[in-house]
Amino acid sequence: MYITLRGTPKGETGAPTSDATSHGRSGKARIAPAVIGLGTVSLLTDISSESVAAILPLYITVVVGLGPLAFGFIDGIYQGISAVVRIAGGRWADRSDRPKWVAFAGYALSAVTRFGLLIASGFWAITSVVAVDRLGKGLRTGPRDSLIATASEPEHLGRNFGVHRAMDTTGALIGPLIAFAILAMFPVGLGGYQTIFVFSCAFAVMGVAMLALAVPDLHPNKMNSAAITTEAAATQPATSKAATSKVKVAPVRPKWSDLTKPGMRRLLIAAGLLSLVTIGDGFIYLALQDGGQIPATYFPLLFVGTNLAYLLLAIPMGKLADRVGRARVFVAGYVLLLGCYAIAGFHLAGLVGLFAVLLMLGTFYAATDGVLAALASRLVPMESRASGISAAQTVVALARFGASVGFGLLWQFTGLSTAMLVMSLGLVVAIGVAAALLHARTTRPLDESTDAGLTGTS
Amino acid sequence: MTLSRNRLIVLVLICVLAVAGAAAYFAYAKSSAEAQMAGAPAVPQTADLDSMLTQDRVVFRSTALGDTYGKLSVVALADPSGGRAVLDSSCERVYATATNGVCITADRGIVAKYGITELNARLAPQNSSELTGLPSRARISEDGSLIATTTFVTGHSYAESSFATETILRRDTGEVIGNIEDFAATVDGGPFTVTDRNYWGVTFVDDDTFYATGASTSLGKTWLMKGSISARTMTSVRTDAECPSISPDGTRVAYKSRQGNSAPGQWRVAVYDLATGKETVVAETRSVDDQVEWLDNSTVLYALPRDGTAATTSDVWQVPADGSGEPTVLVPQASSPAVVRS
Repeated sequence: MYITLRGTPKGETGAPTSDATSHGRSGKARIAPAVIGLGTVSLLTDISSESVAAILPLYITVVVGLGPLAFGFIDGIYQGISAVVRIAGGRWADRSDRPKWVAFAGYALSAVTRFGLLIASGFWAITSVVAVDRLGKGLRTGPRDSLIATASEPEHLGRNFGVHRAMDTTGALIGPLIAFAILAMFPVGLGGYQTIFVFSCAFAVMGVAMLALAVPDLHPNKMNSAAITTEAAATQPATSKAATSKVKVAPVRPKWSDLTKPGMRRLLIAAGLLSLVTIGDGFIYLALQDGGQIPATYFPLLFVGTNLAYLLLAIPMGKLADRVGRARVFVAGYVLLLGCYAIAGFHLAGLVGLFAVLLMLGTFYAATDGVLAALASRLVPMESRASGISAAQTVVALARFGASVGFGLLWQFTGLSTAMLVMSLGLVVAIGVAAALLHARTTRPLDESTDAGLTGTS
Repeated sequence: MTLSRNRLIVLVLICVLAVAGAAAYFAYAKSSAEAQMAGAPAVPQTADLDSMLTQDRVVFRSTALGDTYGKLSVVALADPSGGRAVLDSSCERVYATATNGVCITADRGIVAKYGITELNARLAPQNSSELTGLPSRARISEDGSLIATTTFVTGHSYAESSFATETILRRDTGEVIGNIEDFAATVDGGPFTVTDRNYWGVTFVDDDTFYATGASTSLGKTWLMKGSISARTMTSVRTDAECPSISPDGTRVAYKSRQGNSAPGQWRVAVYDLATGKETVVAETRSVDDQVEWLDNSTVLYALPRDGTAATTSDVWQVPADGSGEPTVLVPQASSPAVVRS
């Protein structure tokens, strides 16, 4: 089945429609400057946020002297608000056709909270700061991914999202290192906490400045209509740019119904179903720990291991997705997750199993996170791109939250192996349904609006 | 659009300023921290641990800036602001009885390690074992035979920020009794089975009975729970009570309580009479987030951090348990007090 996208210009299927035009198609290895720019923004911002996140529990208990109940408190509210804000951010970006500045608002909001930490003391102030930071994160994600999609040639979407995610994850790994290095340089008790907050501010400011000054202000909708215009103009004699602008097509208004078009609906259902049986990596680590395979103190290292695998594989998996089909790689990622369930849930192996789980989890994230955004960006009309990406990410986030709650209940009432078995069976079914919905096994996966996917299937 | 020359200059300028500003602050903070440490008023110290151990005393964690910060210390109850004996062990939380003690340790680092070290009657470290999270509370039964620790196990994944506590009971023999989350619990007359239930802050009445906090984040409630180790059960006594502490005569429980204040992180210390069910809020008006310790049957102790940038230093305060009087500092530059009567 071939999904035709309304409003998708012919240019979209082959030639890049963005500023990338100037680089031409031949620049196969060339990554659009906007993607590198956004990757740098995310890297700096993640250094900023993760350096604080790493020491916040210590800060709250040791310095502010509160019980660390702080984190749990806002969680419930956050899950709800974040979803709403995410959708709103995507929608706002599409309506205004200025995703860069909506993302800017999100990044700036988070940057302001860093300064808030400098003066915040006490439970309420700190939790508010953390909550606002998360709102900023919710706001910016959709518009940012829409920018990445707009700046990318369609055949390199997966790789470009991989580049962005790899840079993002690098920041997440560097942040805690900086924080603990600073902390180690201060005498015990006095803490370098305030200094860490100052560094966090500095990185946040650099990230926002990078976005404002070095990332092009792309207008997906306007560029879309311009592309149609150019195409139309190409058939007519046109002597100047002014002449072509006369036949300019008005930008199309984004519609909610764009999100329920058949292709997008299939993706949302597939991603939602898969996520409903996706338990967080925290649970997988707990399951490993339950099997007595790892001492509890190495818990944080598991996150590092998974992130490292994710970081190293984000680009290769993105490239693979571009070549063999994004839907296929997306679904295959969940097969790896199934492997993680099997090893962790049934205590299949010792140290080898542990490394296998970390590697597979990292690969799972590399095969699904950026790829989902790449998929979603191609299944909605250009004027609804940010909304489409946000919708897919929101569905995944909410479904995963449900999965975590459900798995927690199952574990509690039946035991780990049973809970894992149920989730594994659910995942097998979900993979089957998703593969069918996304046509992952046929020669024309759902994301085939380019010819790139066909090359690897014959 | 490529990066224009002007934009590039502005961007580089902002980055240089940001990094230079942060570096300058780092230098300033480091030098002022060192100055503060050098200029910190010296707390009188004594090397005479033996004489301390023969009289009524307070075992605590020193918060005096400098070399003794975080160290296990002892001061005579007769002269609580006088000379203190400082030991080698560094502890985040301390508790002690006449026969033994417990020191909760934290090794900072990229992989922070937490542990529990048992102390003998002379407060010398014995065997230690690992704990799974940020240390929060530690208590020992009066005869020294039961030890309870609460740690916070937080941040298990990117998506979940909900907290979980782990409260472990063990015997002084080293035998682990278990996580009290596995005890059968009853609140307000029904089984307590919500998934986000948590327990923390144990206080022992005798070698079987204890009180602890039960909580559910989703329900937004906390309960004073009464538990039995032999029956492996817990039953709620009342709501809005955290980190209980039983009085020496066993008639009252002191705890921190919200008292209708909806602002999070605000607690008052209250004393609950187990026989009459009457609750008395003490005269301390500041928010207290600590597990109260009883000085005697009429006075409670708790630690409060100092204001602003001095917040890493805390003092141990005392206030009458009957709601009268005014809070006063008992042990300056101290936290985690344990009153030991010889």
